[in-house]
Formats: sequence, structure tokens, C-alpha cells
Amino acid sequence: MKELSLHILDIVQNSIAAKATRIDIKVVENPDKNLLTITITDNGSGMSPTALKQATDPYYTSRQTRKVGLGLSLFKQAAEQCGGRFKIISDPEAGTKIKTSMQYKHINRQPMGDIAGVITLLASSNPDIYFRYEHKTPSGKYVFDTLKIMKVIENISIADPNILRFIREMIQENLRNINTTT
Amino acid sequence: MTKVKTLADLKKLKDKLQEKVKLREKGLDAENHVQIKVAMATCGIASGAKVIMEFLIEELDKRNIEAVVTQTGCMGYCFAEPTIEVTLPGQTPVVFGYVDVRKADEIIEKYIKNGELVDGIIPQNYETIDNN
Repeated sequence: MKELSLHILDIVQNSIAAKATRIDIKVVENPDKNLLTITITDNGSGMSPTALKQATDPYYTSRQTRKVGLGLSLFKQAAEQCGGRFKIISDPEAGTKIKTSMQYKHINRQPMGDIAGVITLLASSNPDIYFRYEHKTPSGKYVFDTLKIMKVIENISIADPNILRFIREMIQENLRNINTTT
Repeated sequence: MTKVKTLADLKKLKDKLQEKVKLREKGLDAENHVQIKVAMATCGIASGAKVIMEFLIEELDKRNIEAVVTQTGCMGYCFAEPTIEVTLPGQTPVVFGYVDVRKADEIIEKYIKNGELVDGIIPQNYETIDNN
């Protein structure tokens, strides 16, 4: 995994598998404090304390098709390799929250990558899940909210390629406007 | 600030699409759709599944093929990622491995359009080797 946006895409798959109906993705860039944080919160089925303890162990997985589970381990590594931290809070009643911090200017800090594409793919492939994506930089804040999108497009599918193209460009332009990292 | 797209622009696009959708709904038959599932677990994403999914959505639309492209989890073929499962109307699903943009293009042109098989199919009877 070479880009932070791909980690986000991957970690959100866990939320989807946990039957979440609401997923919040928050990215905060603070170059002045040399800090970048990514927080992913869902209201899915959460993890038991035992599962939680093993969650970042690459040899632990809840699935049957294979014996490794690298998603969280790789994200943890991506944070820790640039002097950051990785934290999971999970409650079978409330869901899971994953928070990572990284040194913004660390040489090992992965690039953000195509975050607009990732958010667009997630929203379009999971029309029944409410996604809220917030991206903050010193220049401002952009919020993408699928409920607002659904309200506008009404009976047109969010998976319509024309809508997808539009959404992706809308996110890209808004991010460019607040000078997000690439 | 430069001009950016807003929800108001999305509304305009929606109104424009509305007309097209009305026309399409008449001939819309779920069974006539090509269904494609892109494996999007850690292994798939790390191997480039996102780009493949975007390519498929974009190209199938451009080439006027009615298809539904969705995500799925890991099918256990991590070694062959990115993998995609293609189901032509009325046929059994076929899983293709090592799908890059070129392969995806070949799958659209040969398999989806003409039903012609292409290299890279993961046989259905394949099972993960279990050493335990």
C-alpha cells in the first residue's frame, strides 16, 4: 500500500464488512505543527476485547478465505514509520474508531494519493451507507456528505458514470481550493 | 477562489440525466446486465484494484455496455490480484486474475462483447492449499 488514500479505502472495507450504516472519514492537515491525522469512525458491529487486542497482528483475521489480515497492520506501519501513532477504539455496541497521526513532513510519510477517487468509489459502491468525509487544512475545510448528494440526485443512481465523474471532479476541485497535500 | 463544482451544478446534471434514464428504463432488464465484481480487500487494493474498477466503470460506459460494477472481498486468490469476477447474462461467473488495464480492456473486448475466453482465468475448482 503506497498511498494513504488506499489505506483509507482498505480500512473502510472493514467497516462495510462490519455492517456499518454510517462511516466518517476525517483528514486533518497541520503542516505548521508537522501533523497529519486520519480518523475513520463507523457504527458497525465493533470488535470484542479479544479481537481488538489481535486486530493489528498480521496473522489474525476474522475471515475464512485466508490466514492473514494485513489491512490494519499495514496502516499502523504507515503511521509508525513516520513518527506517528495508531489507535483503535472499538465497542460491539457502538462501532469502531481508528485514529492515526503522522509527522506531516517526515520522509517516510506516504502521499495522500487519489483521495477524491477513493471517496467516489466508496460512495458509489455502497449507496446504502451514509458517508461523511471531512478534509481540513490551514486554508479551510471541505465536507462531502452522501446524504446531501442523494437528496439532489433523487432517483438517479449514484453509480451512474456521469454522476461519478461529477462527484470526483467536485471533490478534486474543492480539495485543490484548500490546498490539500498530494 | 477559483470556481468549483457545487451541489447546484449536480442538480443541473441530474435534470439532464433524468431524460436519458427515462428512455433507458424501458429496456432495462436486470438479467441482461453484465455483472462484474472487483476484489477489493487489502491484497486487491495493494495490487491496483482501484484503478481497474475505475477503468471498468469508465470504459463500459464509453463502449455502451450495460454493466454493474461492484466491489467484493478477497476470494482467496491473493497471489493473482487484482482479480475480477465477470458474470455474463445467463452464464456461470468466471474469475480472471492478474488483471491490469490491458487485461481489463481485453476482457471487455473479447469476453464481454463476444463471449470469447481469454488467458488468466482462475479455474473454478481451484482451492486454496491448506497445510493444516
